Amino acid sequence: MSPGGFYAANQTAYTVSQVNEYIKAKMDQDRVLSSILVRGEISNYKRYPSGHHYFSLKDAEGSLKCVMFAGSARTLRFQPANGMQVLALGRISVFPRDGAYQLYVNQLMEDGRGKLDEEFERLRRRLEAEGLFDAARKRPLPIFPNKVAVVTSPVGAAIRDIIQNIGARWPMTEVLVVPVRVQGVEAPGEIANALQRVNQRKDIDLIITGRGGGSREELWAFNEEIVARAIAASRIPVISAVGHAPDVSISDYVADATATTPTKAGQMAVPSQDEWRHRLEVLQQRMVRAEQGRLADARKQLQRLQSSRVMQSAAAPIQERRMLLDSRRQRMISAFTLQLKDERHALEGLEQRLAGALPAQIKDSRRLLDSRVQRMETGMERSLKQQRMRLARIAGSLDAMSPLKVLARGYAVARKDGNLVSSTEQAGLGEKLDVILTDGVLNCTVDGKEKLPWQK
Amino acid sequence: MAEVNAAKQPEVSFEQSMIRLEAIVDKLERGECDLDQSLKLFEEGAGLAARCEKMLDEAEQKVTILLESGKEAPFQAEE
Repeated sequence: MSPGGFYAANQTAYTVSQVNEYIKAKMDQDRVLSSILVRGEISNYKRYPSGHHYFSLKDAEGSLKCVMFAGSARTLRFQPANGMQVLALGRISVFPRDGAYQLYVNQLMEDGRGKLDEEFERLRRRLEAEGLFDAARKRPLPIFPNKVAVVTSPVGAAIRDIIQNIGARWPMTEVLVVPVRVQGVEAPGEIANALQRVNQRKDIDLIITGRGGGSREELWAFNEEIVARAIAASRIPVISAVGHAPDVSISDYVADATATTPTKAGQMAVPSQDEWRHRLEVLQQRMVRAEQGRLADARKQLQRLQSSRVMQSAAAPIQERRMLLDSRRQRMISAFTLQLKDERHALEGLEQRLAGALPAQIKDSRRLLDSRVQRMETGMERSLKQQRMRLARIAGSLDAMSPLKVLARGYAVARKDGNLVSSTEQAGLGEKLDVILTDGVLNCTVDGKEKLPWQK
Repeated sequence: MAEVNAAKQPEVSFEQSMIRLEAIVDKLERGECDLDQSLKLFEEGAGLAARCEKMLDEAEQKVTILLESGKEAPFQAEE
């Protein structure tokens, strides 16, 4: 027995070192402790000139000593500091000199994520409950914005992509860059301020706010309540373009439209000029078709009119109208020349139809003609007989109604038995034709026939 | 002076021109107006279409940056 019966006689006494070694050996065999991830807050942080980092990780109830040797510390992506929430990966072992166990840290990372997720969810739910994300609040984007304000960093790819895409699609839209910091503590306030500032202007009809891709922390400004509220308060529609899909920010929820990248934001902001050029073309085609149809109708009306008695006595007014018609025709042709630069075919086709349709004007002024005929009959200088002769010469068909000026330029009108000949089909070999020129008539015989190659 | 004033007059926008052009095409397609009217409409429509195209052809993107003072300065994004 020992004095006082303190220990049994056969009990071995160990040295301190032996105890520590024993515990260390036990711990080092433990699979859990040999590679363990620990979450906690840094305290008592110290960095020694050797490059080793010493600190404790603590939570509400306890603390754990940690060491990170210089070799491992070289992989650090941030500067550890007291109060920081971190995740530490390493092994737990004993430091025999102090008889204390500690965490030998291989890797250390910031543990913002869990906390940020919570904050994000809390704000998202609150704003959602307030109705800030309601579809009814979303305003339509203008189709043709005159001027777009872009609230973002003036450097980097995001602003460049936005400007380039707007310019390529719709260069008529002006871009106003409103420079702000998009990360760091100042960012949320600056962004919110800029949004308010833009809303005081009268020249802006669309806002894009956002930034290029980055870490969760770098994108965080757009998850701040102050920014969300500024977007909600904007009277000008806002496109939110934060990071790249699948990043989602609170700003995205509040904004009137969300773009998954800055490039998409630029495309979303303005119409496509290709699309509108196409629409313009379609409208022009419809317009030409409608007008051609209108002229074709007029031509039919004229054909009906041709046989009426009124025409037989209306030669003089017809001639008077001719000048007017001629000028109208010129107007229409010049309108087309301006319009259909490369569409020579369409122009020529229409010109022919126009020429054919000119006398349709006569019907529109039929009443006028009637009264003039009466006047003529009661004693105008030119006799009715002369007029009838002139009419017979030129009024045989639509094309013969063309102004005499055309004849003066060397064109001729061919007639057979008083009827106009407009096709080689209408005259056989040996038949007699009258060819009317500006100053008289040639009496001709058909010696041969030949069709134009493209008419065959 | 007249020239200066004329230059400052706000031009009819692309959007307004397109709206008017569509109205003209509709009217022509309904065929309700007489030949004289339809010709006038056609001329107006042709002019509008030409102007819209010209606007697109001649447009040059304008980019400015908002300064602290509230003024705007030309802006060029870095490549």
